[in-house]
Amino acid sequence: MEKEKVLEVQNLYAAYDEMVVLTDVSFSANKGEVTVILGGSGSGKTTVLNHLLGLLPIEKGTVSLLGKNVATLREVEQVDLYLQMGVFYQNGGLLNSLTVAENVALPLNQHTNLPQDLIDEIVFMKLGLVNLQHAFYLYPSQLSGGMMKRAALARAIVMDPPILFCDEPGAGLDPVSLEILDKLILNLKNKLGMSIIMVTHEVSSILRVANRIVFLDKGVVVFEGPLHEALHSTQPAVNEFFSVMKNENIRELLKG
Amino acid sequence: MRKKRARTSFSFCCQDRLQVNLDGQTMSLSGKLTMQEAAELTRHFLNHLRFIEQKTLVFDLSGLVHIDSAGVMALFYIRKKLYEKSIQSELTDAPESIADKIRLFYPEEEAGVSPPRRPAFFEYVGGQVYHFFSSYVFGFILLAANIFYWGVTDIFKPRARRKGEFVNQAVLIGVNAVVIVVFLTFVIGYVIALHSAGQLRTFGANIFVVDLVVFSILSQMGPLITAILVAGRSGSAIAAEIATMKVTAELDALKTMGLNPNRFVVVPKLYACMLTMPFLIVFANVAGIFGGGLAANVYLDITPEVFVNRMMDIMRNKELWVALVKSQVYAALIVLTGSFYGFRVERGAEGVGKVTTVAVVVSITLVIVADSLLGVIFY
Repeated sequence: MEKEKVLEVQNLYAAYDEMVVLTDVSFSANKGEVTVILGGSGSGKTTVLNHLLGLLPIEKGTVSLLGKNVATLREVEQVDLYLQMGVFYQNGGLLNSLTVAENVALPLNQHTNLPQDLIDEIVFMKLGLVNLQHAFYLYPSQLSGGMMKRAALARAIVMDPPILFCDEPGAGLDPVSLEILDKLILNLKNKLGMSIIMVTHEVSSILRVANRIVFLDKGVVVFEGPLHEALHSTQPAVNEFFSVMKNENIRELLKG
Repeated sequence: MRKKRARTSFSFCCQDRLQVNLDGQTMSLSGKLTMQEAAELTRHFLNHLRFIEQKTLVFDLSGLVHIDSAGVMALFYIRKKLYEKSIQSELTDAPESIADKIRLFYPEEEAGVSPPRRPAFFEYVGGQVYHFFSSYVFGFILLAANIFYWGVTDIFKPRARRKGEFVNQAVLIGVNAVVIVVFLTFVIGYVIALHSAGQLRTFGANIFVVDLVVFSILSQMGPLITAILVAGRSGSAIAAEIATMKVTAELDALKTMGLNPNRFVVVPKLYACMLTMPFLIVFANVAGIFGGGLAANVYLDITPEVFVNRMMDIMRNKELWVALVKSQVYAALIVLTGSFYGFRVERGAEGVGKVTTVAVVVSITLVIVADSLLGVIFY
């Protein structure tokens, strides 16, 4: 059965001045799945993500998110679309001048007319989901790296978005914090049916959460398919990427 | 006695998507309960709350088709409000998909059920006053004591001093400020004489312009303008430098190398500022008096010889001593305030800008307050 698609990218091209970053990128992401965009440094992952988020103008190709063509949206429609997606930035992107609670409450305050005490309750509950209730009145500068990421995740999911984008969520985290974060992400997928698009190259994290892999190399998608196919792919770049940990992790994974 | 009539039933509709019915002890919700409906549901409900006289309420959720986290929290919020009115309530008959969401989001009863409360007004004010004294006043005194301790120690232990830093800071704080200090006091001296010229001429008291200029420049304008300029130039630079060092963990690095940041960073600045400030004030005084003399010559026909002779008659050593005392007090205040705020920086890059601004404002304020106090003491 064909799964419902939340994201479809077709023939996306991008260049910074003379330097071509994406030559021809096409892929899609299914509803309720974790799609991981992979690739070495400089393969264009972040550029793809910025196009999906509407942060860079689309020159050639189409990006359709939740059935809407991102390139042709008017500003109002773009805002509506932003309300249906959560974005979890690499280094948090929390506003330094606001407390953690105010950061998380920001979308609720701006986009809904819920009473303030109810907003406080919602924020408290969301911080509870990421186990950060004690940081309610703290400022981002008072948080550790892992806490900052969890606070950013709480803010990304505060509007219950059907689609969540994560830009290198695991970067700079220790393995234990990373596992906790992955569990959170899996919970969001399993319990809320969130579709998650993730850019990462933490191999352990990919094995835990990914359903589908999109592998970028030199501005082209060289592999697109389920995780287990990616692990056995003969495509050189993909093969090389996974061979690094093949010896240790895959055996366990296959055993399990 | 008239008793408010109990309302045992009501119903309302939120955005045509959520239907709420209260009948007897059963409150049934049907339709969607998401962020949009949650806002209206809670508002309507709070409006109806005072009419509810039932002792128990049962929420029948069998008609709900969709709920999100805001919806679950709205139910929690409503039940909390009911609980505060001593009304017991329970959620029943939720379809499996709805119950799943409720299990996921609904806060555990025994765990802290509410976000920490905001402090009340007097508690807040009291807290702020306490905070002001404990961290600002006390902190400033502590820092001053520490810096003076190291300042005095360094005089007797020249080997431990940071080589070349004193000269470097003396150039930055003192020498580089000479031009602007001289220019501004010259202009001020000129303007003081110019404005008093008209008044004095009316009374035929032309010669007293010399008294006016000399006294005002020597005892007030020279030291004060110099101090304000140094506070603006160097106070901000000191605060920004120390704040940046703290943000980039340079101060931590110094500490872990066994070096006291106060001694290593602040003391050379304090020496430099205290040593160059009297010279700056001398330059300022000369320039101010020169400006006043020029204006006196142009507008009141007082020749330089007359001006100098009169000046020599009226000048007292006291003004110079007072200026010296003032220069030391101002220098210490400027360096201490700048470093105090520099050390207090919080929240990364944004904080650096903030403490720099505050440092300038506070050091200029302290300089003016100190000037008034010294003015009264040495009157």
